[in-house]
Amino acid sequence: MTRYVMTIDLRRCVGCQTCTAACKNANATPPGVQWRRVLDLETGEFPDVRRSFLPMACMHCAEPPCADVCPTQATQKRGDGLVSIDYDVCIGCANCVMACPYEARSIVHEAHFAYGDTPIASEAIRFDPARLSVATKCSFCKERIDAAAGKGLVPGRDPEVTPACVNSCISGAMAFGDIDDPDSTVSRLLATTQHFRMHEDLGTGPSVHYIWDHA
Amino acid sequence: MKPNRNVLPGQPGPRLQQHWDWRAAANFICGGSGGGLVFFAALAGLAGVDVRAQMAAGLALAAAGLLCVWLEIGRPWRALNVFRHLRTSWMTREAAVALLLFGSGTLAVASSHPAAQALAGLCGLAFVYSQARILTADKGIPAWRHARCAPLMLLTGVAEGAGLIAATLPGELHAVAGMVIALAVLARLLLWRRYLDGLRESAAPVASLRALAAIERRFAVFGSIVPASLALLATAGALVGIAGTAIVLAVAGVLATAAGGLCKYTLIRRAAFTQGIALAHHPVRGGRRPAPPAAPGLSKA
Repeated sequence: MTRYVMTIDLRRCVGCQTCTAACKNANATPPGVQWRRVLDLETGEFPDVRRSFLPMACMHCAEPPCADVCPTQATQKRGDGLVSIDYDVCIGCANCVMACPYEARSIVHEAHFAYGDTPIASEAIRFDPARLSVATKCSFCKERIDAAAGKGLVPGRDPEVTPACVNSCISGAMAFGDIDDPDSTVSRLLATTQHFRMHEDLGTGPSVHYIWDHA
Repeated sequence: MKPNRNVLPGQPGPRLQQHWDWRAAANFICGGSGGGLVFFAALAGLAGVDVRAQMAAGLALAAAGLLCVWLEIGRPWRALNVFRHLRTSWMTREAAVALLLFGSGTLAVASSHPAAQALAGLCGLAFVYSQARILTADKGIPAWRHARCAPLMLLTGVAEGAGLIAATLPGELHAVAGMVIALAVLARLLLWRRYLDGLRESAAPVASLRALAAIERRFAVFGSIVPASLALLATAGALVGIAGTAIVLAVAGVLATAAGGLCKYTLIRRAAFTQGIALAHHPVRGGRRPAPPAAPGLSKA
């Protein structure tokens, strides 16, 4: 079996938002929508304060609550662990938005562009009306992953079939791959570090692992 | 065209959900009242009362709620897709039960047959239950997913149904109707208090607790104690044969129903704060000791 997961080393993340920009570029998300974002957290009390950067996106949960509540089956859990949305089936009821504890989903009803109502040339080419009034979210760049088998490439190892955010990370904080493959980068990282998954108590089984210290 | 919502979280803490507006709240308010009304209409019908008007009103309320939610969804012309996920989705189950409710309810209104009335009553209750489970399945909203939310939603639908039907029943049933209203609103008050206590004990968003606390007094006094007192007064009046019990019951019913609406509107629109983020471990850099976990905006952060 294959189950794709992502690891994010919080020790390395510098909050540069390059992954955010790479995601917007790769997926042509409209203004106001970020499938990936990096939160800037300030915690503690003076003088013992901390600043942490926390990249967030769809966690591609093993038990996705969004898929359970979806009345149309537009949201599906794939065999390789990716949670996908069929835009042609979704009715935009937003039940999945309410079910997601990670605020990973967006719905936009009006087409807005970077400079108002008129798209610039690149936006006009990539504008997809099927994405209006339906739920959208990070797909782990599934088109790239789906192309891997045909090209004889390995997601997480070969950049061409690896999510854009992982490719773009300037500090090497992000890794992607098959957790069921003991030789994959993610398996080796998880074996040699301490890590956690967000809101694990909710039983969603997120596929994004945050690394916070060495083993 | 629907306006876009503010979809980007500005802060890592919980924020008020922006996707379900008054139309979604109206579905829960009207659907709960309608389902509850159909349930009590069926009970009264089985007791021999002509309840066609009340049952029709219950169906109309449930239909109005569904119409509101149909106006809210992004792709209304695909609405029939809602029936595709009976296995796990309570929204699909709500829609399926609605079909049964309208079918059996229409038959009950047209024929007054006891079997149709009984089926409609059960469907009314199942409709309210489905709506309650929609909320608890939404794990992203701590105030909804709490285990005590669904019983509260179910019982408030029952209390609203009892409140709506009471004054329209014949005089000989006023004593029973008054008792039912009093019991329902007091039981709802008990569940409401248990729900709030449970929410406070869990790591719920502070903003959710604040929104619910803002209506706590009104809900308890004007939505529970006053209608329960009036209903018991009407019961006593009906037992000793004093005229005017219908008016007292009507006031109690309206208060009980309005309180249910206030509770649900607050839950859907004002207390529906998201989970926010939780940093179970801060990244360890250099020799500093690890910082404690952080979960901004939660009551037990």
